[in-house]
Formats: sequence, structure tokens, C-alpha cells
Amino acid sequence: MNIWESGVTAMLKDITIGQYFPGKSAVHGLDPRFKIIITGVFIAMLFSADSFYGLGVGIVFLIISFILSKIPFRLMLKSLKPIIPIIIFTSVLNIFFLDGAVLFKLGFLKITDQGLRTSAFMVIRIIALIMGSSLLTYTTSPITLTDAIERLLSPLKKLKFPVHELAMMMTIALRFIPTLIEETDKIMSAQKARGADMESGSLLQRAKALTPILIPLFVSAFRRAEELAVAMECRCYQGGDGRTRLRQLHSEGKDYFALGMSIVFLNGVILINILTG
Amino acid sequence: MSSVIKTEDLTYTYSIGTPFEKTAVNKVNLDIEEGSFSGIIGHTGSGKSTLIQHLNGLIKPTSGKVIIDGEDIWSKDVKIRDVRFKVGLVFQYPEYQIFEETVYKDIAFGPKNMGLPDDEIDRRVKETAELVGLHMENLYKSPFELSGGQKRRVAIAGVMAMEPKVLILDEPTAGLDPKGRDKILGQIKEYHRQKNSTVLLVSHSMEDVAKFADKILVMNKAEVFCYEDTPDVFKRADELTQIGLAVPQITRVFLRLKQMGIDIRTDVYTTEFAGKTILEYLGKRGDGNA
Repeated sequence: MNIWESGVTAMLKDITIGQYFPGKSAVHGLDPRFKIIITGVFIAMLFSADSFYGLGVGIVFLIISFILSKIPFRLMLKSLKPIIPIIIFTSVLNIFFLDGAVLFKLGFLKITDQGLRTSAFMVIRIIALIMGSSLLTYTTSPITLTDAIERLLSPLKKLKFPVHELAMMMTIALRFIPTLIEETDKIMSAQKARGADMESGSLLQRAKALTPILIPLFVSAFRRAEELAVAMECRCYQGGDGRTRLRQLHSEGKDYFALGMSIVFLNGVILINILTG
Repeated sequence: MSSVIKTEDLTYTYSIGTPFEKTAVNKVNLDIEEGSFSGIIGHTGSGKSTLIQHLNGLIKPTSGKVIIDGEDIWSKDVKIRDVRFKVGLVFQYPEYQIFEETVYKDIAFGPKNMGLPDDEIDRRVKETAELVGLHMENLYKSPFELSGGQKRRVAIAGVMAMEPKVLILDEPTAGLDPKGRDKILGQIKEYHRQKNSTVLLVSHSMEDVAKFADKILVMNKAEVFCYEDTPDVFKRADELTQIGLAVPQITRVFLRLKQMGIDIRTDVYTTEFAGKTILEYLGKRGDGNA
């Protein structure tokens, strides 16, 4: 495998941001609906913090959840890999283009104390944000996650919003990602066997070289979609009305406790804002 | 005859260093003669597909060598793309790789990648299309309008048009009806005869392999069980049954006859030869009685 090729497969695999890491920890055992809400509260912590102290409170919360989840540290680092370009981009922008006391100057580039501080602040915030949301996807299987989203959005049904259909679409999309990756690998091998050159040439040529892969991939995706639709119809699928669930979601005391804790931390952040502000 | 493909202790292990580690091909030593027609059989998961993907450099071996035309294909001065033009590989269900607007363009994809001049491409496309029994008017249709069997033949023609020295086909008849199966296998045999190329045919069906191949490679549990001339392989029909491979029905009849105490040869794998053998046996018995 060369870099270009492994890049394409890696790109496809990254779509499943933070694949599920099965486990039996306290975090895994929480009701997924609560986990989604708690993640929301955590994001609120990060964005309401306007000082490093506030951010610190959020990070303490992240570290506690992280230890409780028993997810290996290297997996958490792996979740950061796809966003490295974004991190670099934000920090460069902030370092060079903010006004403040000049610390270092080279030609038209200057580094200011304000720039350094803001850039560090932003980088920490992005990293914490991605780690927090990856923790959600690491500890919750995609199917449970869509279940929970469906339940959380169910009040929108009153507004005729197709909540069930949306959740079903997400479930199906998730289910077919590995299948499509496998299919892509196969088609790539077949075209390479016919001498397709995906490794050299200009960017435009490489983009063109993707046609022999994308067209068969689309054709097969549509074929699968049609087959699946027929199979679902054969089993009398007719949308969400009157459907019962195999796995019911239960909320217990520990779920409320976890949510309560996250709100306590959020209040902590707000308190620090007021005290330092 | 000289050898066109050689492997030396070819080994491939999937997912090294994870709990899913699995050796798919284990120390395979092969020597395939130029111009031969060999069948490859084995169970699902016996390593057939992994093995053939090594032969045109799609997979790099974990250890061992693949030597094509006397050159180690993973040595520095060999371009892997040239290897792929020399060894054409038709995957399972190859119709799913079709992508061009017309049948003609799709068959021309391989030859075009080789950088051949237009008139040569044109000759090859038309020649292979005829060989696989595609009508000329179909050449300018969209491949997606064709039937499943026709699409399969377009895809096979796409590899044949590169006129590779070695043509490898992975289950080219999977999912086809018996008539379509015989037709495609006949066309492959015809290609072999016309171009004098080497053909490797992977198949589940002993009957197919027995009918068309001169030599048979039997894979079992990631290793080569045997690679011998077809009659010699079927002399070992007992062993083949033991490793769970279905020998041709006609061979089974003869094995059973032998078990019943009839002194008859068992290396029979085609109905024509079966008829002859029975007549021979009856003749012999007639002599004995007389």
C-alpha cells in the first residue's frame, strides 16, 4: 500500500469517527440519552468558559469521565488525528494575526502575547471538544446512539418532523459503511489489475483516476439500496408508527446523578467566569 | 517448457500483531509452466484468492518471493504496473467493476492504460469482443443495459484485451446458469488456444476444472495440497474426499464401484472417459469369462 491509497481507505474509515470500543465501564452503562445530553452540557462548559481556569474545570470533568470509561489513552489520541490540520490552521491564524504586545518579529510576521494566549486557548478547547465527543462514540454503539437520538427528538413528531425515518436512515448509513469500505477495496484492486494508475500524476489526473472506482461504487450502492428496500417491504416495514423496540432505554438513578454532576461542573465554570470576569 | 510464474516460500499473514492474525497462504512453492492451463481448487478460505492476488502484485507477501518471467516482482527495478499487464487478473463477479459509458470503452480501459496506439486498441477490443461472443452492435451500448451474463463477458474481455501472458480468473462462472457457465469456460479455453497464453482458473467446481485444466492445484488450509496433472490428481480422489473436496460425480460413481469390489480404475473424471472405461472393463470381464 502506498500513501495515496492508504489515505483513501483511511479517509473512508475515518467517517465512522471514533468507532465503538465495547466495554462494561460506568460510562458505557449510562443511558445513551443522558450521555448525549451530558456531552451537550460538556460542550456548553467549553464554550462558556472565558478563561483558562474555566477551561480547566471542563478538562477536569473530561478527565474524570475518561478515567471512568477505561478507554485506552492511545485511542483517545487517535481520535485527534483527523483534526490535526484544523488545529494547526487555527493556531497559526491566531498566533500571527492577533494584535497585542509584540514578542517576536520576522518581516511582516509577528507573534504577540495575546496571539499566543488565544491560540493556546482555542487549541485546548478544540482538543477537549473532540475528545469529549469521541468519548461518547467510543462508549456508545452507533445503533444505540441513533436510538437515543430518535427518542430525544421524538417531541418533534408533533410538528410532523420525520424523526423515525431520520433515525432509520442514520442506522442504515452506519450499517453500510463497513460494507462500502470492503467494496471500495475490491473495486480498487480490480481496476489496478487493469492497470489503473492512482499513484502518479497531477491532482487533476488523480481525481480523474477515481472515476473507475466511484462509478462502480455508486452503482453497487444503489443496487444494495434497492435490494434493502424490497427486503424491508417484504417484512412489512411501514415506518415508525406502532413499532415496538427490542431494547428499551431505561434511565436510573446513576443517569440522573451523572447529569447532575455535569450541571454542577457547568455551574462551576460560570461561577469562575463571574469571579474572574 | 519454461516456467512463467514461480513462487518461493510465499507466505502471507493478515492483521499481524492483532488478535485477528491469520496466515492465509503458508510457504507456497509453485512453478507454473508457460502455456499451461491450470485449475485451482480448494475450500472457501483455503487461500486461493489471496494466492492469486500475489501473482500480479496486488498483495505484497509477508515473506517469500514471487518470480515472474525470471524476475522477482518486488525487487527495486521492476515496475509493479508492468507486472499487472503481464499477469491479467479477473476478479470474482467482475461485472461490478464496469464503469465506462460504452462497452467498447470499458474493454479498452486496460489496453489504454498500457499506452497502446489507437488502432491496436481497436483491434484488441473487437477481437476479444468477438471471442467472448458479444455482438458488434452491443459494443456501443451502455454496459448497464446488458444482461448479467453479458456484463460478465464484457468484464472478462476487458482483461483479455490486455493480452496478458498469464490470465488468472477467480470463479468466472459464479452465479451463472449451466449454459452460461459452459459458454464462458469454452471461450476461456478458446482464448488459451488462440493466444497460447497461460491460464489459471480458480473454481469451486471439480467438474469444470476436470473438463478444462491440464493441471490442478489443490489448496488446503493455506497450503498447497498438490499440483499435478489432472489425471494424477484424480488418482488421489480418496484423499481429496478426505479433505472435504467434492470430486466430480462421475469419479464418485467409480470410487463406489471399486468399494463394491469391482476391479476398475478410479481416475475417471469425464463422462466420455467413463464410458470408455466401462466398455473396457466389460470387455476385459467378457474375456475372462470366455
